[in-house]
Amino acid sequence: MSEVALGIQEEEREADVKTTFGFWVYIMTDCVLFASLFATYAVLHRNTFGGPSSNELFSLPYALAETLVLLTSSFTCGLAVLAAQRRNKNLVLACFAITALLGLTFLGLELHEFRDFVLQGDSWRRSGFLSSFFTLVGTHGLHITSGLIWMAVMIAQIQRRGLTRGTLRRLNLLSMFWHFLDVVWIFIFTIVYLQGVL
Amino acid sequence: MIFANLLGRLNLQAFQHPLITEGAAVSMVVGAVAALALVTYFKKWPWLWREWLTTTNHKKIGVMYILVSALMLLRGAADAGMMRAQQATSVGSHSGILSPDTFQQVFSAHGTIMIFFVGMGFMFGLINLVLPQQLGARDVAFPFLNATSFWLFTAGMVLINMSLVVGDFSAAGWLAYPPLSELQYSPGPGVDYWIWSLQIAGIGSLMSGINFLVTIFRMRAPGMNLMKMPIFAWSVMGAMTLVAFAFPILTATLALLALDRTIGTHFFTAGGGGNAMMYVNLIWAWGHPEVYILVLPAFGVFSEIVPTFSRKRLFGYTSMVWAIWAIVFLSFTVWLHHFFTMGAGADVNAVFGIATMLIAVPTGVKIFNWLFTMYQGRIHFASPMYWFMGFVFLFTMGGVAGVLMAVPPIDFQVHNSLFLVAHFHTMIVSGVLFGYFAGLTYWFPKIFGFKLNERLGKWAALCWIFGFILAFGPLYILGLMGATRRLDHYDASLGWQPLFIVAAIGAVIIFIGVALQIVQLIFSIMTRGWNRDLTGDPWNARTLEWATASPPPPYNFAIQPVVHERDAFWAMKHDDGKDMKQQKYQPFQEMKNTGAPIILAGFALTSGFAIVWHIWWLAAAALLGLITTLIVRLSNDDIERMVTVEEIEKVEAEIAMRSRPA
Repeated sequence: MSEVALGIQEEEREADVKTTFGFWVYIMTDCVLFASLFATYAVLHRNTFGGPSSNELFSLPYALAETLVLLTSSFTCGLAVLAAQRRNKNLVLACFAITALLGLTFLGLELHEFRDFVLQGDSWRRSGFLSSFFTLVGTHGLHITSGLIWMAVMIAQIQRRGLTRGTLRRLNLLSMFWHFLDVVWIFIFTIVYLQGVL
Repeated sequence: MIFANLLGRLNLQAFQHPLITEGAAVSMVVGAVAALALVTYFKKWPWLWREWLTTTNHKKIGVMYILVSALMLLRGAADAGMMRAQQATSVGSHSGILSPDTFQQVFSAHGTIMIFFVGMGFMFGLINLVLPQQLGARDVAFPFLNATSFWLFTAGMVLINMSLVVGDFSAAGWLAYPPLSELQYSPGPGVDYWIWSLQIAGIGSLMSGINFLVTIFRMRAPGMNLMKMPIFAWSVMGAMTLVAFAFPILTATLALLALDRTIGTHFFTAGGGGNAMMYVNLIWAWGHPEVYILVLPAFGVFSEIVPTFSRKRLFGYTSMVWAIWAIVFLSFTVWLHHFFTMGAGADVNAVFGIATMLIAVPTGVKIFNWLFTMYQGRIHFASPMYWFMGFVFLFTMGGVAGVLMAVPPIDFQVHNSLFLVAHFHTMIVSGVLFGYFAGLTYWFPKIFGFKLNERLGKWAALCWIFGFILAFGPLYILGLMGATRRLDHYDASLGWQPLFIVAAIGAVIIFIGVALQIVQLIFSIMTRGWNRDLTGDPWNARTLEWATASPPPPYNFAIQPVVHERDAFWAMKHDDGKDMKQQKYQPFQEMKNTGAPIILAGFALTSGFAIVWHIWWLAAAALLGLITTLIVRLSNDDIERMVTVEEIEKVEAEIAMRSRPA
């Protein structure tokens, strides 16, 4: 019987490894998706078609504020994982709540920027450059949105079920996803905002 | 008025078609309704739901993939027949059987369906049937994901066929180049059908790619290190690596075109700062690897078949592995050869031309390896070898034509001519399709427990091979004479008609081959008592999938096999198979059936249809349904069940009963 139980335990551990590895592969494919959008942006960013250029449009302090908010959220997300390793359920929930709040703030800042541009008449319809800008940054925002939905589900699940094998596994994947989005944003900040203004 | 808004741009006009399209649409709808009626009449719904629609078993999913692909092959072949008929008759004062617009839709649908819904589906079907068994595994890494991939593929298939009934299909070619595919020049729903059916199916393919990669990396039997893996598994690993790197580019590209068409961005538009050539670059950055995604598994199939029927181990195993990875790498460095005429300049064209010639080297290595495997072997000319012989001859010819076109100045002459059309059909029909047909014939007894009729199979192969030569030989010549692709009409004075008629005759011979395959299937099922495979190893084969009974139990292996050598099963056969028999059964976890994949795909299909017709409320509702279903499913921790020792013993006893000769 104990042999069987050992076998099952081994199977479960292997299932965790498989899922994590599969998620890494998924993240790699998502990298390729973002790479395509970055390439598009690189090709189109001078095609302003009489509209504003990146230099005239972007505000570096604003983008920096967004960056700091998102970086901090990545930090608190990391804290959530550390708390989970110590099986401290309430700390996990608190860290996730802060992460989600920061994520929402980031999303709000981004949407506010989008809104300003659109109200100025500089929407995605204006030029190839703005099409690629809105799509690249918007795709990242879309990922953040799905991350936030995931986080909400995660918080509810941990509250109800506690830190079980299943919730722990998903929690780890979520944190990988969130850090990945952070890395993508660093590239957006560098290539779109920093290079766009300098 | 409100009602009209509720339906987006969908109206009664969408149901009015030219006669030929109407006929196809009606027969398709009647066929579907008849199938549903039969299932209802025989009260088979519970069975269908329990055994097939909700299954997560890789073998059943594989069978369903191949079923859908076979249906789509018939649809694509019908399109091909119409094109051959059109070009054979539409000359001078005759205008043929199709209007120019219908003709354009037909060739666009033909290419799209053949690549995405025949090639991809057939490939994933074969991989599902064979790969886990070859690795000594019980299923793929993520069975739920696997089922979801299949149902998304099917949703894409349904969507593309809906365009026959509601509205029309894209008339912008199989890759929908802008600016023609932009809203300004293609305002109808056709291009949107193209985008969303590919997007839905493509996301399924991407997930399959991840799934099979993890399966190969994490689920090999103990002792099977990478260099002991069967070459088919290697080729799948190469192809799935390409899927993982290439399909996100397709996802992005399709999304950008969709944004251009629906919210007015300027990615590929002629004005507004768009860049149409960027689309062509992006789509081929996916499209060229896609060719190798399709052909690598076919190479893998041949690498299994040739040693089996030559009674020799594969010649040059290590060089095969290196050839696969050379192809994987190089396939990302040649995309520009699809449009040398873009005008990137002599230097850039030279680089891509040389890269293109380079990629012929590993392919040549593979051809020689197969031939050397046959050399001094005891060759059994079973029907899979017929497909192989046809492949070697045609593929080499087509490959030489490809190297010829890799020279940019020559490509400028034959760009977009029928010479090109003949070249890539040679590669894809003889390389991909013949490979998959060979694989299906080869592994059919493993899955169903009886062989396909050999005599009919050989005749079908011969019809395909000689029909193909007759159908595409003339196109090489016509291309050199200046006939461009996608011609719906030409002048009588050109003197092209006789060659087009020969091509049409070739197509008829191919159709006879298809008919023979259908007859072969029906006849083999009827006479299955004659061809039963009681041993599990009907071909005296070498790899692990033949170590199980035919058909295998749902879990493939009651006892985990242990591998010591490359041709693991061959080694076991000559070693009394002691590893397999002298152990106790162990219970294990198995994924339960689930309706979530088909529900997810239903929502994806609904939202795709709604977006095509701009029915925004429905699109939003379906997306919400999709997300909710996903959350509910992914939150569920009770998705597996324990298969007990008693259960395994019962199944194994049944198999032992079955394999006893009557």
